[in-house]
Amino acid sequence: MKPPPLRLLRPASPTEACALLAEAGDAGRALAGGQSLVPLLNLRLAAPEVLVDLNPLTELATLACGTGALRVGAMVRQRTLERDPLVRRRLPALPAALAHVGHLATRNRGTIGGSLAHADPAAELPLVAVALGATVELLGPKGPREVPAAELATGFLSTCLEPGELLVACTFPLLGPTEGAGFAEAAPRAGDFALAAACCRLGLDPEGRVAAATVAVGALGPTVQVVPEAAQVLLGSPPGPARFAEAGALVGASDRLDPPASLHASPPYRRHLARLVVEEALAEAARAAQAARNGSPSREDRREEEHGA
Amino acid sequence: MTRSIELRVNGTTHRVEVEDRRLLSDCLRHDLGLRGTRVGCEHGVCGACTVRLDGQAVRSCLLFAVQVEGQEIQTVEGLADPEGPLHPLQEAFHRHGALQCGYCTPGFLLTAAQLLDELRAEPNPEPPSEEEIRVLLAGNLCRCTGYGPIVRAVLEQATCAAGADPTEPSGEDRR
Ligand code: FES
Ligand code: FES
Repeated sequence: MKPPPLRLLRPASPTEACALLAEAGDAGRALAGGQSLVPLLNLRLAAPEVLVDLNPLTELATLACGTGALRVGAMVRQRTLERDPLVRRRLPALPAALAHVGHLATRNRGTIGGSLAHADPAAELPLVAVALGATVELLGPKGPREVPAAELATGFLSTCLEPGELLVACTFPLLGPTEGAGFAEAAPRAGDFALAAACCRLGLDPEGRVAAATVAVGALGPTVQVVPEAAQVLLGSPPGPARFAEAGALVGASDRLDPPASLHASPPYRRHLARLVVEEALAEAARAAQAARNGSPSREDRREEEHGA
Repeated sequence: MTRSIELRVNGTTHRVEVEDRRLLSDCLRHDLGLRGTRVGCEHGVCGACTVRLDGQAVRSCLLFAVQVEGQEIQTVEGLADPEGPLHPLQEAFHRHGALQCGYCTPGFLLTAAQLLDELRAEPNPEPPSEEEIRVLLAGNLCRCTGYGPIVRAVLEQATCAAGADPTEPSGEDRR
């Protein structure tokens, strides 16, 4: 179908965008890449009278990698981040996850901020942001504030954004020299919504034992779920398949999950997939952490070298 | 509310009057008469409406015409010079029998065209595997062909674009 009648406003600055959003109130929506919002308009599931188009705001499309963190402007396109050589080297779990976000044509247009603010529980970016301990920057009528990514989503497609507030950037801490992260997802076809997805982070001590762990899953409840019990069983021993299976089983059985039923997957089947993706993400995180610790190049570096890039 | 906007499509500038809610897909088809761009689902799922915006493949059913003023739009009509030979991808689709009704074809062509351009721009491109081509094309639906000939046509042209010989099997999944 066609979108309902609307007015598309093009602000000249993020502050003006906030003012326009505040003025429009419930009748207004921010338009980023439009890869989730415009389908809702075309299906008439949403009918805002005013769209505040963020696409002209180039100041929101900047990518900056400092010593300890990567700051990604809200309007950075998913594919830009996915292909950025520095990001591929410093935070490979992020491009690995982005490769699962929709398709080439939607990633060319879809943005980091749009994906985070849409807060779809099956989306990859919110999961990675939570697992890696990212922070989002919000700008609103009362000024800027920062919120941990884990507190951004408050429920299915719902966030803590106040009326007139705009998500302007997301900052991902870079991994330490003995840390690694991994991402894994199960979906019916490439680019489909995940039936279960996991992002895990592992840190090793000087003896190669797990000293820190984060296990987070997506598509298994109304928001991203962190499962500390699963991380707990990994601590103190070297990473390995037996421990990963134990952690996976704990996630699969966890009360924290509330997997939705869908045409493609029943809740018990999603729990089964949860186990598998957690095991896979942990194996990848361990491999990356060990590579980092040995100072050997990560898989991405090797790829780049092989390809002469 | 309507506005007058200037759109650059296939190298030509057009002035059109559109409502803010006018989708780029409808603007191309109805206002400019460029019906090569197809509309299948109109909510971003099928890829039939794919065009290129400054070289990037995008869903034209998820863009408003008023958003793309000043950007360069390429549709299937602009893939090859109307007086000259077909674009190599079009020629490969023809040769491989990669279309039946043809409804999905423009979307596949414009998606694949971005890959070809990117491979040509890389200093040492790696020829993509069949698996990578299948993933690339997963965002475009075809109800007729069963995808096999489309994958073969794109794989062949991507291999050429990467400077390799498409008749030479390399990599385990090359048929
Ligand atoms: S018509 Fe645009 S994706 Fe189907
Ligand atoms: S050729 Fe008919 S839909 Fe693809």
